[in-house]
Amino acid sequence: MKVNQPQSAVLLLVTAFVLLFSSCNNDENKEIASADIPATVEMKAILTSPPHVPPPTGKRKAKKLIVDMEILEQEGEMTNGVKYMYWTFGGTVPGSFIRTKIGDEVEFHLKNHPDNKLPHNIDLHAVTGPGGGAESSFVAPGREKVFSFKTLNPGLYVYHCATAPVGMHIANGMYGLILVEPEEGLPDVDKEYYVMQGDFYTKGNYGDRGLQPFDMQKAVDEDADYVVFNGKVGAMTGDNAITANVGETVRLYVGNGGPNLVSSFHVIGEIFDKVRVEGGDMVNENIQTTLIPAGGAAIVEFKVDVPGSLILVDHSIFRAFNKGALAMLNVSGEENKTIYSGEIEEGIYLPEGGGIQQMPLRDGMEGGEIPAKSMAEKMEFGKQTYMQTCFACHQAEGQGIPNAFPPLAESDYLNADVNRSIDIVLHGLTGEITVNGEKYNSIMTAQTLSDEEVANVLTYVYNSWGNSKKEVTPAMVKSVRAK
Amino acid sequence: MHSILKNVFVLVSFAAIHTITAQDDMVHIKGGTYTPLYGVDSTAVTIDDFSMDVYPVTNADYLEFLRKFPAWQKSKIIPLFADGSYLADWENDLSYGNQLSADAPVTNVSWFAAKKYCECQGKRLPTIDEWEFAAMADEKTADARKKETYNQKILDWYEAPKTFNNEIGSTFKNYWGIYDLHGLVWEWTMDFNSVLISGESRKDVDKDSNLFCGSAAVGASDLMNYAAFMRYAFRGSMKAKYSVKNLGFRCAMDVPKI
Repeated sequence: MKVNQPQSAVLLLVTAFVLLFSSCNNDENKEIASADIPATVEMKAILTSPPHVPPPTGKRKAKKLIVDMEILEQEGEMTNGVKYMYWTFGGTVPGSFIRTKIGDEVEFHLKNHPDNKLPHNIDLHAVTGPGGGAESSFVAPGREKVFSFKTLNPGLYVYHCATAPVGMHIANGMYGLILVEPEEGLPDVDKEYYVMQGDFYTKGNYGDRGLQPFDMQKAVDEDADYVVFNGKVGAMTGDNAITANVGETVRLYVGNGGPNLVSSFHVIGEIFDKVRVEGGDMVNENIQTTLIPAGGAAIVEFKVDVPGSLILVDHSIFRAFNKGALAMLNVSGEENKTIYSGEIEEGIYLPEGGGIQQMPLRDGMEGGEIPAKSMAEKMEFGKQTYMQTCFACHQAEGQGIPNAFPPLAESDYLNADVNRSIDIVLHGLTGEITVNGEKYNSIMTAQTLSDEEVANVLTYVYNSWGNSKKEVTPAMVKSVRAK
Repeated sequence: MHSILKNVFVLVSFAAIHTITAQDDMVHIKGGTYTPLYGVDSTAVTIDDFSMDVYPVTNADYLEFLRKFPAWQKSKIIPLFADGSYLADWENDLSYGNQLSADAPVTNVSWFAAKKYCECQGKRLPTIDEWEFAAMADEKTADARKKETYNQKILDWYEAPKTFNNEIGSTFKNYWGIYDLHGLVWEWTMDFNSVLISGESRKDVDKDSNLFCGSAAVGASDLMNYAAFMRYAFRGSMKAKYSVKNLGFRCAMDVPKI
């Protein structure tokens, strides 16, 4: 016994040493392994615009992958009537999705369109090397830069422009995602989508019409006017919603371009079966909300069990309902009453609409907006206000939501009294009313709209969906407000 | 002796200008001391009096130059002096075609060509400091950099597409009587690449180097003047043989000291 004890201690020590040594060795091997994977055959990368992603790399071997990406500075629409000068990778915000495999030797061609005003570059977080490639990709308008890198670590990575002033290039939309798949590929799923959040800073406030310049001071103050998925308000709602069928598994590649805000990514009505935390190897399960840092990403997976609209939001929730961070995944298929009874409409999550809510306000509103010059403009501006403020409850065609929000289309209550309608928009309404024979008992909050806006939106409502075609003027609104 | 000779030379070449080009409006800019964007108080720069063209060089001006100096025509230029984009939108060696306006700034011109053009007028390209000094003026003040309206005007231009084909004189006349420093095209400067922004702009904060401090901006004098940041970034992306659609130039000249 006495003799044995030190022997076993030595044995233990040796074992521990071997274990330690070998685990060290393993890590080293892994690192060397991905750098040593041969990539000989050339292949042109398929790039896709959001919300789509290129096909999986499957079982393919590592390749020399040619990525062709064009930088375009172009005007786009942030939301109804609001224009913004976007700077883009591949003409979209976020930029084209790049899908690679571990060991790929990516030959990156970055092209700066001759019409562009500014130089740009690209920093891919998937690159091991100075500046993530920014140092070797600084490219003047009308020129092309080529550099290459080896994908050493599997994961989902952000790329972005890193030209001075860096914050401004990112704020204008220059970011996207690059996926590095592990050797065996990712497990098969039925649907894959590309969703990326970004925050935008404009001279005007949310919804102010016209071409809105970038506001550096608001960006420095991190005071975002818009927080959106895929570059604009409503990029993935209505007809543009992403889709899946009951029983399918869905994988979302979720990025956060920033520049400032972190995202509390959440899907209303789903639980994430799996989250690849921060886009890396760690898999967490049964997650309600996952935090995505600015300049970070996550892969979330879930199976959809019942039909309906799932709402993607940043659960910093005012961003969702007041700044645009809201998207939809429409699931179609058979109901399953055991899992969900299906009595409540999805619209119930949007009772407040998009406008800023406040208690009734009797004072006059300040002006300074662009007045409508014609009936056509009144209709256009009215529709914009409607889509920003009224749409969530009263719906796109004024059909309302049964038992919750009364219809505006062919509404006897609306058409009976214009001044009453104006008063409701200005001051809100609670209590039971009867519309087209149906009783409604809900709350409409007072809307913070100017006389001009109220006139436009009501004119739009009265001249749509079989209503009485009345025209409401700012003067009429003013006189109701004065009472 | 030397300076007398130089003055004589300047006078002689000045006389020659009239035979070469129609556009020779220049204004006198009184020199002074200012702190460039990339500097701090201790790096204030003193600039001597100089003259600067009132307008950028136009397509018509440049055509005139190409007639006199055929070596700079697009089919004849030495590849060392200009890349494939040189006068890319011109119809041929001696015609800018119907798409470009005669009175719009000439663009897609390399630094070598711009420098040569100015030399042939008895002038030279302005230095970065001269250009920035002249361009920090708005209509009323010599240094308007702190004014929000001034910065906004420049930024609005950056967001406006296809301004390169607008005619000279279509933007504002500044304090010195110069037009179009902001609003039409970027402009070449003599030492455009002396204040470097490298490809990795976030790294340009090395205190030992005299580099412009990229986006990190640790040493920049005015953190909010991001319009100027973009100008320095643009210059940093250039090489002398590059030709860019939004990049033109104008000339400057020393003012002889009496």
